Amino acid sequence: MSVTRFRFPFVEMPPEATQLRQEVREFLAQERANGGYTPMADCWAGGMSAEFSRKLGQRGWLGMTWDKKYGGHGRSFLERYVVTEEMLAAGAPVMAHWIADRQSGPQIIKNAAPEVRDAIIPRIVSGDCFCAIGMSEPGTGSDLASVSTRAEKVEGGWKVNGTKLWSTGAHGPGCDYMITLLRTSPLDTSARHKGLSQFIIDLNTPGVDVRGIADIGGQVHFNETNFEDVFVPDSHVLGEVGGGWNMVVGELALERSGPERFLSTFIVLQEAMRLLVNNPTEQTKEVLGQVVAKIKTLRRMSLGIAGLLQEGSSPEMEAALVKDMSTNFERELLEKLRRILPQNVLYSSAGLLPTLLREGVLRVPSSTLRGGTNEVLKGMIARQLGIR
Amino acid sequence: MTDSDNIIFDTASRIFDDLSTAEVINDAEAGTWPEALWQAISESGLSLTWVPEDNGGIGATMLDGFAVLKAAGGAAVPVPLAETLFAGWLLAQAGLQVSGETVTVAVGEFSLADGKLSGSAQGVPYARNTKQIVALVETAGKVQVVQVATEQCELIEQANMAGEPADTINFNAVAVVQAGEPAEGFNGENVVAMGALIRCVQAAGALSTALELTIEYSMERVQFGRAIGKFQALQHSIAAFAGEVAAINAAADAAAEAVARAPSIDHEAWIEIATAKTRLEEAVNNGAAVAHQVHGAMGFTYEHSLHHVTRRLWSWRDEFGSDVVWARRLGEEVLSWGADELWPRITAVTDAR
Repeated sequence: MSVTRFRFPFVEMPPEATQLRQEVREFLAQERANGGYTPMADCWAGGMSAEFSRKLGQRGWLGMTWDKKYGGHGRSFLERYVVTEEMLAAGAPVMAHWIADRQSGPQIIKNAAPEVRDAIIPRIVSGDCFCAIGMSEPGTGSDLASVSTRAEKVEGGWKVNGTKLWSTGAHGPGCDYMITLLRTSPLDTSARHKGLSQFIIDLNTPGVDVRGIADIGGQVHFNETNFEDVFVPDSHVLGEVGGGWNMVVGELALERSGPERFLSTFIVLQEAMRLLVNNPTEQTKEVLGQVVAKIKTLRRMSLGIAGLLQEGSSPEMEAALVKDMSTNFERELLEKLRRILPQNVLYSSAGLLPTLLREGVLRVPSSTLRGGTNEVLKGMIARQLGIR
Repeated sequence: MTDSDNIIFDTASRIFDDLSTAEVINDAEAGTWPEALWQAISESGLSLTWVPEDNGGIGATMLDGFAVLKAAGGAAVPVPLAETLFAGWLLAQAGLQVSGETVTVAVGEFSLADGKLSGSAQGVPYARNTKQIVALVETAGKVQVVQVATEQCELIEQANMAGEPADTINFNAVAVVQAGEPAEGFNGENVVAMGALIRCVQAAGALSTALELTIEYSMERVQFGRAIGKFQALQHSIAAFAGEVAAINAAADAAAEAVARAPSIDHEAWIEIATAKTRLEEAVNNGAAVAHQVHGAMGFTYEHSLHHVTRRLWSWRDEFGSDVVWARRLGEEVLSWGADELWPRITAVTDAR
């Protein structure tokens, strides 16, 4: 018996992507040397810098894959992959634009009314407009179909009431829109996925109240957003009324297999290497071999999925597998590094490496939660394997 | 690595399905040579997969051979197919003749004097079932691939955990049948690396089979009134197992492709092999554990065929340098890159050359 259930084809970067990689590396090295940024762990969900995002916009590194007729750059998925993985490996502050660039933009291009699309997309591409995701709620985490924030039909639009939670970056400067999943018909308990719709809500509308929530490290990167009789015009419904569920499922698939799932703590390894190269023990060698073997394998898998997406397949099981393994690895990497780093690095609260390590440890619990908990992912994998 | 739409792979799979049955595997462990299986392999030309066409080969690619070995690992074929391909590859490195009959590779300390080979090697896979043994002899300033007749050697029968022959061979001034020099720079490390890669590829196949058996069993076995696969605890274990299978297949494929891209085993290919063998540790540890846990006591019996693959997995992770030894080697390599070259070296694999 020999079955090949999983496909992660070899992807060779085209010459233009390799060329682009050099440009990105030079830019990052220069920015880091100039104090344009200080590397951080989990930079895509905790490193907010509107200024840095605008610089990327100026370079043409936002909205890269979007069609030129909408204001994008018409470049390949692999070129975008190169830019994102370089940013992540360097620990650059890419949080401000991350959501808009990764999923809101593609969603708006695909499903928004043309005039709304044309008003928003060019501003995302230039790095002047950011987006947040409004999926979770106080009573809704993994069980997304249980959302109860509602939109009622009124003259010319909809009236929104309720609360969204964990919207990363919604409080940030320039975060103008939240792509929000709302209940537009009363809950039918026999068909909970029906009656949900997605809206583009302008966060500057009266009645919207965004409040930051501090995480366990005291950092504010996510939010609670209250909507009180917020008016949303008909033009800002995304796609069909009632078609929100399928849209959200597709969006989550996009979220799952990117390099941000295994590289969130990579910068800690890179900086630790500066110390570890001196008189390495056998244990140090073993740990470095193990973690680099995992990174290389996860990258192969993640890139293989990018290749499949580029050729038009939808490798859902592969994406779920990779996210589950990758996010576990982000934590494991820190745990392994602790075993081989000198004590004074672990005790210290000053200096780049101790800061990165602490930041990493304090942020990594969110890795296995965001974008679908690992338990939910395992359930999806089991279903795909045919046992559930 | 593509293993569909490929006539060589299809032929191999058909032969393995028909002739590498549980009974044949058990009989082989008990000492009965599976003649029908080897004959089918030999007649189909599969044993010549890695032999260049101008040297009597069948015009297959390196990747065809790896696909065959993955299928062979998945079917736990109890014959020295991997070894014969390995030896054929090694002979071809030195431009030597390849017959297609059973051959194995010995790794050890050897010396050559007056056309006679001396030295010894442990754990020579399937030696007792082979006609010929191939070894790399490294002496001052000269590297040679040599071939000797197995019957001329002193052979002490030993076996790995799976009951596959892993004999000790003493070469007491054995007459060399043929010898030749490989390309400049080819050395013993390349031989060990190729052996390690072959085991990774076989293991990827074997672990895939273990997963399929596990999925099947979890849907058949009923406890507490339902199939045990319906319990979330098992679903999560099996999902994690699937991740390990996906990972070792990806890592083994990456290494096989790197070897196929290079004329032989270059440094980049060596790094990919080190990665795969290192990654094998958790894949086997975690995967085989879940396979047995789900199969319960049934899978712990000799009668059940799960052990055909799990015992091989536990053996193969140790062969040609254990996963842990390879992790240290890879770690040393990574240290030599330094902090600033770490990421560029990781991305170099996929960047346009």
